[in-house]
Amino acid sequence: MKESEAGKAPEARRHPGGAPASLAAEAHVPIRTDRDILEARQKGRSLAAELGFTSTGLTMVATAISELARNIVLYAKRGEIVLARIDQNGRQGVVVMARDEGPGIPDINLAMQSGYSTSGSLGLGLPGVRRIMDEFDIVSEVGKGTSVTAKKWKP
Amino acid sequence: MEVPILKQGPYLIATIQSALADADLLNLRDALVARVGRYRSRGVIVDVTAVDVMDSFASRMLRDIAHMIRLRGAETVIVGFQPEVAFAMVQLGLTLEGVATALDLEEGLAYLDQKLKGAEKDTNASSRSR
Repeated sequence: MKESEAGKAPEARRHPGGAPASLAAEAHVPIRTDRDILEARQKGRSLAAELGFTSTGLTMVATAISELARNIVLYAKRGEIVLARIDQNGRQGVVVMARDEGPGIPDINLAMQSGYSTSGSLGLGLPGVRRIMDEFDIVSEVGKGTSVTAKKWKP
Repeated sequence: MEVPILKQGPYLIATIQSALADADLLNLRDALVARVGRYRSRGVIVDVTAVDVMDSFASRMLRDIAHMIRLRGAETVIVGFQPEVAFAMVQLGLTLEGVATALDLEEGLAYLDQKLKGAEKDTNASSRSR
């Protein structure tokens, strides 16, 4: 892994005490149409592959990106997926950030319930992403937008 | 990218060969529902061997295809889910209940043959009883 990073912009070094983690954004994918969803998940899969994820891990990362990007297309119309590698306490992983300036989610607890959907979909998107990723965080403000951060650690 | 649909005897076989955008899946659904009527097909196989991500939208499309084809009087079987895809789907809660699946194309054809044979037997039995 170290060799493959040579030539890239130097990353922030990890603090001796552990946190904060170093984060290097690898890709910004603007999301507007269903085609962009494909591009985002392809880039996420490549990034996870570079880090040496198993094929199951790659599939989970790509599936999570697909769900998050789809939410952007469905509810916010436009936004972006930011992919980054993370290195924390010697653990490596992938961070997927989905950001939009859409309508926001009035009741996050409700949106995180399986089977809840305002779009006629299966309503498995957000709770599903939380299940297939290791860490999940969502911030949303009505009228301002939504930001989801999901991490998957390399096993 | 359009999904090729092959007619083989009483069946239609659609092989998904690459990552599909939502519009492609909608087109596939509409094409299958129409062609089952045009060719008077008795069964449909959707081969997802090459699919590396099955998210909630794609799963919903497969479920819709199977249900619509059933309403048109034919059977659908989805074949070729990869192990890691099956793993991620179950984690997401996408279990495709009520949709027939089989390991691969060969098993899918065997499943449809069995269904078709069963249906013929039923028809014969009911006509005799009349």
